[in-house]
Amino acid sequence: MGIVAYARKHAAFLAFSAVAMCAPLFIGNKYYLSILAFTATRLMVALGLNLLMGQAGQVSLGHAAFVAIGAYGSAVMTTRWSVNPWLAMLVAALLAAGVAAILGVPTLKLRGHYLAMATLGFGEIVFILLVQLKGLTLGTDGISGIPSLTIGSLDFGRPRAYHWLAWGVALLMLRMSLNLVDSRVGRSLRALDRAEIAALSLGVNTSFRKVQVFVVSAVFASVAGSFYVHYIHYISPDSFSVTFSVVLVTTVVLGGLGNVWGAVWGSIFMLFLPEYLKRFNQDYTNLVFGLMLIVVMIFLPGGLVGLRHVPARLRRRFTPPDALPAEDT
Amino acid sequence: MSFDQFLQYISSGITSGSIYALTALGFTLIYNSTDIINFAQGEFVMLGGLVAISMHEWGAPLPLAFLVAVALVGIVGVIFEQLAIRPLLSAGVLAQIIVTIGASLAIRTVAMLIWGRESLPLPPFSGDSPIVILGASILPQTLWVLGLTLVIVVALQLFYRRTLTGKAVRACSVNPTAARLMGISYSRVVLLSFGLSAAISAAGGVMITPVSFMSYSAGALIGLKGFAACILGGLGNPVGAVAGGLILGILEALTVGFLPFSGSSGYKDGVAFLILLVILFARPQGLFGRRTVEKV
Repeated sequence: MGIVAYARKHAAFLAFSAVAMCAPLFIGNKYYLSILAFTATRLMVALGLNLLMGQAGQVSLGHAAFVAIGAYGSAVMTTRWSVNPWLAMLVAALLAAGVAAILGVPTLKLRGHYLAMATLGFGEIVFILLVQLKGLTLGTDGISGIPSLTIGSLDFGRPRAYHWLAWGVALLMLRMSLNLVDSRVGRSLRALDRAEIAALSLGVNTSFRKVQVFVVSAVFASVAGSFYVHYIHYISPDSFSVTFSVVLVTTVVLGGLGNVWGAVWGSIFMLFLPEYLKRFNQDYTNLVFGLMLIVVMIFLPGGLVGLRHVPARLRRRFTPPDALPAEDT
Repeated sequence: MSFDQFLQYISSGITSGSIYALTALGFTLIYNSTDIINFAQGEFVMLGGLVAISMHEWGAPLPLAFLVAVALVGIVGVIFEQLAIRPLLSAGVLAQIIVTIGASLAIRTVAMLIWGRESLPLPPFSGDSPIVILGASILPQTLWVLGLTLVIVVALQLFYRRTLTGKAVRACSVNPTAARLMGISYSRVVLLSFGLSAAISAAGGVMITPVSFMSYSAGALIGLKGFAACILGGLGNPVGAVAGGLILGILEALTVGFLPFSGSSGYKDGVAFLILLVILFARPQGLFGRRTVEKV
């Protein structure tokens, strides 16, 4: 494929990447830079959860716990045992993958939404452990002094350098997700969401595929957690309550289920909206999120990405049926 | 562990187990009529307790506070069904579940805005001087919880077996299409299920508050345990749900009793989760499973 053809095929991805990577050149304000940095890590989690919900039709209510595995894994290993941060990130991700497999194998074998409850329980347990295992996690005091990521003399502690690193990884994950959806794996995932029995009879190993995508989403979440702690240098259990898992689900639902770009728009919106709501009262943020889940599901099941279909739908509604072109009816 | 200590643990296990049983019944009612697992079930329990606390603070006698809480939360269940579930009755299960997750977060946050973050108390229904049975001292509240749970379970069974409305609900859970063809209004059955389910769970919430207090955030964990009880007894089986709840409560209490190290009560909450995973792995139809769980 020529460069032009490639550019045309992936125009949206290339344009978005360019905007994301160039943003810090035009933004001097450290506060906005940090929100953008958090958007990158949120995007990593949202991409995995989006694959799980949109492609496999399953929902996880424990993704905060997978982020916690990455965050605490990196924090504990680098501060207590002086492990290399990159190695710590890898080990934490492997741990997250293992845990996801343990949760996914029994629950995804069954029809229905057992994974949701199992992950909810898992989230509660991890939260309890973070508070109770004081010897390892320092309990509610949290762990501070987590080092920045470095490669040789390159220090990713500085906001711009971190931005490029985190967004680079997030964009890589976005590319992977887009490819996955387009691939054989993606097609078989969609097939099992729409007609599981049919997919099964055509030779798709449905439960294995579902476990696979769940493990991938857990790894994305764990990596996001690792990047997050190396940026804010401090971690405490508060950030990983079940409420955060619901906020993550809200990110994906609001952006748009079943479309990888939904994760992008959801992440951007969900990180800038609370900044706006903060001016009123922070306590209302969760109320808004909860109501948003309901309202989006009822009135805009395609999320923000689905908004582009709204004009066409309205036009159709207000056009007499006989005036419509044949292929639209 | 001596015998009277053992009895002590059993009685405290039965107390919390009864609440799990009522929560599990709530799950079952909604699941049987709609196939939805209602992630806001625990919030109904929490609301029941908190509403009763407010009623009692305003001077209502406890029985009145109990009834008002149950009725109010029942109405909340009905409103929830009308606003959020009704528009999605024919949508996919994922959409329905996401809506219940949203409702759970919204209800919890509203409760925090109304009642604050503290755990609030409610006096026991009839004093707190313990009654000694077989050497174990048992709080009167335990007997209240057990008795009222029994009354609710029996009343529910009578409703389902003896009344026309109850039979209509059962018909819908067996075969909604056939039930509709017979002139049963499916949407009214769903409405009734949500109202009843919320009310029963709220009753559990009022009863447990004198034992363990109530706060806006308590719902999630109670909901999870209620669901674990459902799975233990076989999802969709009301008798299994009650039995599952009691077994789970007793297992939890014994875990605290047998684990000698301090802080073991913190790990008690892990028991439900462990049971949930083990049952899903080894026997997904539950201990008394009647409905078959489809494997794919």
